[in-house]
Amino acid sequence: MTTSTKAAKIERLAELTAQNETSSGASLWREAFRRLKTSKMAIIGGVVIAAFIVMAVVGPWVAPHSPKALTWKDEVFLNRGEFVGPRGENWFGLDHLGRDMFSRFLVGARQTLLVGVVSMLIGLIIGAVIGVVSGAAATLGGAAGRRVDTVVMRITDIMLALPSLLLAASIAAVMGQSLTTVMIAVGVVQIPIFARLLRGSMLAQGSKDYVLAAKSLGIRKRRIVVTQILPNSLSPVIVQATLSLATAIIEAAALSYLGLGNPDPSVPEWGVMLSQAQRFFDNAPMMAVYPAVGIIITALGFTLLGEAMREALDPKLRG
Amino acid sequence: MALLSVDELSVTFGGVHGRKESTAVDGVSFDVDQGQVVGLVGESGCGKSVTSLALMGLLPGKGVKLGGRADFDGNNLLTMSQRELREMRGKEIAMIFQDPLSSLNPVVPIGVQVTEILQRHRGLKGEPARKEAAHLLDRVGIPDPTRRLKEYPHQLSGGMRQRALIAMAVACAPRLLIADEPTTALDVTIQAQILELLKELVDEEGTALLMITHDLGVVAGLCDQVNVLYAGKVVESADRHELFAHPMHPYAHGLLESIPRLDAPRGEPLKPIRGSINDRIAWADGCAFAPRCDYYTIECLTGTPALTVPAAAGHQVRCVNPVREPVEIATLETPDVTATAHGGTSA
Amino acid sequence: MLRLVIRRLLQLIPTLLGLSVLLFVWLNRLPGGPASAILGERATEAEVARINKLLGLDQPLYIQYGRFLKRIAELDLGTSTQTGQPVWDEFTLRFPATVELSIAAMIIAIAVGIPLGYLAARHRGGWLDLGSVTGSLIGICIPVFFLALILKGIFAVEMGIFPTTGRQSTDINATDITGFAVLDGLITGEFDASWDALVHLVLPAVTLASIPLAVIVRMTRASVLEVVGEDYVRTAESKGLERKVVRGRHIMRNALLPVVTAVGLLTGSLLSGAVLTESVFTFGGIGSFIRTAISERDYPVLVGFIMFIALIYVLINLLVDLAYSLIDPRVRVH
Repeated sequence: MTTSTKAAKIERLAELTAQNETSSGASLWREAFRRLKTSKMAIIGGVVIAAFIVMAVVGPWVAPHSPKALTWKDEVFLNRGEFVGPRGENWFGLDHLGRDMFSRFLVGARQTLLVGVVSMLIGLIIGAVIGVVSGAAATLGGAAGRRVDTVVMRITDIMLALPSLLLAASIAAVMGQSLTTVMIAVGVVQIPIFARLLRGSMLAQGSKDYVLAAKSLGIRKRRIVVTQILPNSLSPVIVQATLSLATAIIEAAALSYLGLGNPDPSVPEWGVMLSQAQRFFDNAPMMAVYPAVGIIITALGFTLLGEAMREALDPKLRG
Repeated sequence: MALLSVDELSVTFGGVHGRKESTAVDGVSFDVDQGQVVGLVGESGCGKSVTSLALMGLLPGKGVKLGGRADFDGNNLLTMSQRELREMRGKEIAMIFQDPLSSLNPVVPIGVQVTEILQRHRGLKGEPARKEAAHLLDRVGIPDPTRRLKEYPHQLSGGMRQRALIAMAVACAPRLLIADEPTTALDVTIQAQILELLKELVDEEGTALLMITHDLGVVAGLCDQVNVLYAGKVVESADRHELFAHPMHPYAHGLLESIPRLDAPRGEPLKPIRGSINDRIAWADGCAFAPRCDYYTIECLTGTPALTVPAAAGHQVRCVNPVREPVEIATLETPDVTATAHGGTSA
Repeated sequence: MLRLVIRRLLQLIPTLLGLSVLLFVWLNRLPGGPASAILGERATEAEVARINKLLGLDQPLYIQYGRFLKRIAELDLGTSTQTGQPVWDEFTLRFPATVELSIAAMIIAIAVGIPLGYLAARHRGGWLDLGSVTGSLIGICIPVFFLALILKGIFAVEMGIFPTTGRQSTDINATDITGFAVLDGLITGEFDASWDALVHLVLPAVTLASIPLAVIVRMTRASVLEVVGEDYVRTAESKGLERKVVRGRHIMRNALLPVVTAVGLLTGSLLSGAVLTESVFTFGGIGSFIRTAISERDYPVLVGFIMFIALIYVLINLLVDLAYSLIDPRVRVH
């Protein structure tokens, strides 16, 4: 066989082999992102969230009227059940005090986003710390570690046994009524969820072969946790964080409804607006519908993105 | 006429939602006669399991395209309705699967899983069904069958579970039994027992058996006729003795040579086949095995090689450069079940 | 089995003790403490001191905690500041209404959710699947009290099909035996009373069912999708079994295992939901009472209720665990 035919042979072979090669080398995250981009759920969720964030950022600047001023208060008669619906000047109509609903809606997005993000972060950060301690103790701490883990998990059990709304109500009762209280109350409810999730995920990772390999190589435990177990355990937490944003916004609205929301009702926030509007629901249902639809669509956006992420990250569903 | 006659069977997945199509089975033909044991041999991913599922009508309806024919008793299995197939499955054609633990329903007692098929196809209910189930378990060598009927799969050992699955498969005396790697998930000693049981059942009942395996030891011990599959195509089809004496396709040749031998001189290296089944080219371009082949020439890359009987050869092979030298396979020459089952995995 | 029950009951003790500590600490952290809760915010210091002494609040914390525990054990949950009645009596009076509502909601959620989840999974990608997935996502995202308002507005106020508020019409004189209005009517033969109570139950129950229904649909769907890919389902199919046997015995019996656990966990959220639902429909159960207790800062009621709900929650989950061990033979052995 001459060299040239041999070269031709190899080239042809390489060419044909390449055609059949599959993209098996992609990492979990890159693969997940690739799947996210093709998921309709993720795209819809992402678009909704993006719109919501844009509204939250620019809302106060583009609002056509003052959200607080009782500009048209003379046109609304509560005792006669007369309200002002949508019209050229006020796209969403007026609220019960004669304020422009559209402006309040736009400005309210910012507060709503703030409540959602801050409470989620409270739950995420504290929950993650508890989860890491518990997970690390359980996987690598030996008998003493497992005891620590049991105690911590019992505490989260107790927290989970409390209905979230009542837990939040109790916290609000101690701390007094304020926006901060709402955020803390809603956040605290999320703590056990994040803690359990991260611990469970770490336990699952801790029993994997690569951790055993790292242990047998004599790598320090703290290093194994930080460099091996933790990065591989984070994906369910990130999914939950997205889903928690939705829960937080809904839960904050429920707290407002129970009269535990922001004590200054002039500051527009969707949950507060909704709970104020329910008193006038029979006469002016649209007053409740605007903030409610805002809450539902935003929550839906976060839920869709979270679910799409969960699916994208689940190796079982990868095809 | 053959009991089962598979003609140019092809199975293609995908093609929906913009996914790339992939052909798992690419024009496979073989026959199974009454009472005959036919082997489908190949690495995982070669299409052997897909073939068996296609025959059973167990592939999902969506996203799967079937081609060719598979005549069972003169009726094409591939065009049968699900209702007809439901009548057929378990009664005329039964199947034994690879992993006995996951193949048994974990929350239903063994007894119910046996009696349900008796009720379905033989109309047995209540006490007669239980008696027959106990008899079947006894038949496949499960001790204390009446007690076992009340137990759940997790309470049985691996070998017991596979025996229970075999009991279900033979419950209605099917004419064709398809066994998909029935011994892979089991310990070596248990493997031999299960093979012996299958051989016994085939001999006594005259059931035809389609044996799907990657284990040449199983082939040597059990099969009359062997089809070697590579990347969805039959590359060699021969009588067992023929195949073991004169494997002509470099892949079959390599498979046989790669078996470790007890009588090999100390220190002689093992001879694995290079690469994996992923190193392949499309059949349309040439021989899919070419990238891993020691014998390949540029001629191998000029379209699909045909399945022919080369001059001075006794059987069919799909190769441009068939291997002529025989393989030394001392341990595998004697088709004794117990010895070969050991031989296939650990000799 | 009995040993498992006893062991699980013993495991409850630390959980409930921990909860009592939490509540005790919470009570002590309340602004102004119980004294100002009783006296109002303009109480003088002398008055506060007197009340504190009266309530034993000048004593060391551990003694106070011991007394707190003792009172709880005696079911003495204090007196409601709203009504002046013992908290325990208020609960027993209102509890049946909430239980009736919760059971009705759970029946709706299970009876609709499981078949819907199954059908969605089996017709994956079809319109039914798309509809139930979208519906359940919206069900999770819609604030319960808003759904209540909408349903009430449409079906009660606008269309007048269902009553707007209450458990029973005022003109019906039903005999009260069990406290469950629908059941009482059936027992005494006052079927009109039963029917009336049932009609009153529909909207609140549907509202309250929204979240559990959404969760059950999604869980069943996911679970069925996973199970249909299992080897044993393929085995069942390979035996040529009838469709309904494959579905019932092989798919659903396995697919429902995680759903059973979820149902237990959902009871917690059900009771939260009851607070919101009942208050929109003025249903008169514990939920409505708690709603006012929150706005009126009726702390004895809140503490009692939290203790009470936590107990119910852990007991229900205990029941679920036991039920689980009955249906899953793999758990039974360990």
